[in-house]
Amino acid sequence: MICLPQPDAAIIARKAAILAGLRAILGAADVIDDDLLVRAYETDALTAYRQRPLAVVLPHDTGQVAAVLRFANQERVNIVPRGAGTSLSGGAVPAADAIVVGLGRFNRILEIDYADRCVVAQSGVTNLAISQAVAGRGFYYAPDPSSQIACTIGGNVAENSGGVHCLKYGLTTHNVLGVEVVTPEGEVLRFGGRYLDAGQLDLLGLMIGSEGLLGIVTEVTVRILPKPQSARALLIGFSTATGASACVADVIAAGIIPAGLEMMDGPAIRAAEDFVQAGYPLDVEAILIAELDGPQAEVDELITRVHAIANSHGATSCRISADESERLRFWAGRKAAFPAVGRISPDYLCMDGSIPRHQLAPVLQSIAELSVRHGLRVANVFHAGDGNLHPLILYDANIPGELDRAEAFGADILKLCVDVGGVLTGEHGVGIEKRDLMTYQYGPTDLEVQHRIKRVFDPQLRFNPGKVFPTLSRCSEQGREHVHAGASRHAGLPRF
Amino acid sequence: MQLRPGTEGELAELLSAPGPAFELVAGGTKRGIGQPLEAAILDLSALRGIVDYQPGELVLTVRPATALEEIEALLATQRQRLAFEPPGTMLLDAARTQTLGGVLMANSSGSRRVTAGSARDHFIGLRAVNGRGEAFVGGGRVVKNVTGFDLPKALAGSWGTLAVLTEITVRVVPAAEFERTLLFASVSVAAAVNLCSQALGSMFEVTSAAFVPGRGVALRLEGLATSVESRVVGLLAGLSLAPAAVLDGPDSAAFWQQVGAAAVLAHFPVIWRLSVPPRDAARILDEIQPEDFQLDWGGGLIWIGAQQVDVRRVRGALHGGHATLVRAPLAERRLSSVFEPQPPGIAAIAARLKTAFDPQNRLNPGRMN
Repeated sequence: MICLPQPDAAIIARKAAILAGLRAILGAADVIDDDLLVRAYETDALTAYRQRPLAVVLPHDTGQVAAVLRFANQERVNIVPRGAGTSLSGGAVPAADAIVVGLGRFNRILEIDYADRCVVAQSGVTNLAISQAVAGRGFYYAPDPSSQIACTIGGNVAENSGGVHCLKYGLTTHNVLGVEVVTPEGEVLRFGGRYLDAGQLDLLGLMIGSEGLLGIVTEVTVRILPKPQSARALLIGFSTATGASACVADVIAAGIIPAGLEMMDGPAIRAAEDFVQAGYPLDVEAILIAELDGPQAEVDELITRVHAIANSHGATSCRISADESERLRFWAGRKAAFPAVGRISPDYLCMDGSIPRHQLAPVLQSIAELSVRHGLRVANVFHAGDGNLHPLILYDANIPGELDRAEAFGADILKLCVDVGGVLTGEHGVGIEKRDLMTYQYGPTDLEVQHRIKRVFDPQLRFNPGKVFPTLSRCSEQGREHVHAGASRHAGLPRF
Repeated sequence: MQLRPGTEGELAELLSAPGPAFELVAGGTKRGIGQPLEAAILDLSALRGIVDYQPGELVLTVRPATALEEIEALLATQRQRLAFEPPGTMLLDAARTQTLGGVLMANSSGSRRVTAGSARDHFIGLRAVNGRGEAFVGGGRVVKNVTGFDLPKALAGSWGTLAVLTEITVRVVPAAEFERTLLFASVSVAAAVNLCSQALGSMFEVTSAAFVPGRGVALRLEGLATSVESRVVGLLAGLSLAPAAVLDGPDSAAFWQQVGAAAVLAHFPVIWRLSVPPRDAARILDEIQPEDFQLDWGGGLIWIGAQQVDVRRVRGALHGGHATLVRAPLAERRLSSVFEPQPPGIAAIAARLKTAFDPQNRLNPGRMN
């Protein structure tokens, strides 16, 4: 069980006055306190954790955000920024003494510039909406998290979101040119713009992936790319995960950077096939989906090379998409993997460790052993090309103690990732979920260096409290104490 | 006073003890950029060497003073290259050796930046010592990592004002098998930028687009030879143009080395580097009326050569973007802001960030002022 921060009783006691102040700024309709309506904001995609916030506000423009933040600064009230609430790490889980600032009304695309290949959008615009807005002219926005139909570009900035195509096309940080930010003091600033590279210190680079700890992003300028001329995918079956892992390594070693290189294990394949009938082979222990995109001549050549590499690693089946509908069918199972697993288990936890590619096979073996030890099933779905694992731990929250066991299993997986030279999170963020494991990856000085950056932007520590940084905290409602800070393992060792 | 720490431990000891402010020097090619410093030299050239290179992981870990040439030679043995294109050294002190640490501290990228990303984009992990003498790590050795704040981004382009790097991890990629450059005559800046935009916005994967007055618009295509051949055909058909000249393989690579180094401007005593929205390029050049110039990054990077520093004329022409005075006589640099001045709110954050890393102002003091 993860501790949420202890609320400040003095703030809660002033709730009526704070609500009145917010209504004076925004009008009554945009300040939500009704129990039923607030419920929609009590959690995000880390649904095991819920917390009623002090209030929810839904500003319409940057000026209103700035006014709310100036008021909160003056009243010393905490703030939890929120896009669509699709965070898998609890990044948007509220605090009891905090105002949730929802960006749902920031839903307009402000400018599309095809000549300069960029789009300016308000931060509540969904990821997919940007690609759809420019699709007619043959462009798209490259990062494509699986929640892209719902997640917002502002949330993507907060989490530095990736997706299945980031091996070739990069993460959010590589595709954002500029942001408009409202600081915790309520000042409106612009980092970056419609041009490349900061001329001074890279505050834009710090803002991306800062998980709502440094300010609220109200507008984002992204780069758009011309759609590749063609895209084809291979669906390759292997009798062992080891064979699939070796194939991944050899594809990369051959100098091929696929647009996507995804792997699923037996349980994930069967759940996905049962759910969407993508035509996956059921007699295998692993599949790879490799997508090649680009000019037709290049794609055809690379498909042949990948096919040969797959055969050399004992692929038991290999299908090459003949047309666009078949390519999309190959992806359908992968993209539906999370909900498919949701059908075979009442609850699941999605982990997000990232490891060096050559560790894929041994780490999968260790996860299988941990599954036995913790007595919980696991299905593995991951971005094999960049070593980003998404083990889905299956559990039932209604069975007492099972969430705790699932979390302990998850923590063991993430520690394993760090042990083999990887990191706790590849694309989902630390949030509350991995906060208490930060001391496993970073030493006290490393964390202090980062926390000083937090204090540069937010000296009163009012933004997204209880996220990312482990704190010396007391979990009174659990009847136990957590002491995190300073509990670093192998404090003298270099840590990467 | 000159000090030359050989290890991270020695460096941390040096900076944790009370002492003077330092100018950080490794290769020393960029000492002429930024505000001139009057500080003791901290010689970092001993912090060199390859730490770890696993081609299959597409990452490379080195100590920062490792020469760029050594790194490029090592990567070439595995048919790989840095994921970003480093710039040439023509404008710098060419008698010296450019180091990877220096390139990252300046966040300087060559012509492929417009499509492949910048030095900063591919800087994924670090060890460093800050001005307090604390050794710390940031990022990691895996390409996907969002664990905590993105410290490599904070340090890239900080010109040694925040911390001293002791180890760096960067992404590498397979080298292109072949490259071809198409040169087109162009009559005006507006037409040149328009041609670059069309090419970069096409599906034919043009990787660099520049305009060098006298040579014309240059478009580079890279990859498998068969792919480049077919993309050239598609691109030319789409543009309804025939190239005035074609450069293949080493000729093409040599051409872009010159462009990345802004070699045509090397004889000017004053050189500006402007990063701007490409659509503004023609208007900006029209307002500035420079003695000579070159465009890269599809029009988004303007190099200007001049005899005199005219800050108001150059910066006054920008509506968004930044102008950096990369070469000017010492006295002129003392009088002018070398880096684009920032709005007060941003300058305040930048100053606090400097203090967080280096509260006593011991690392390259004033270099970015």
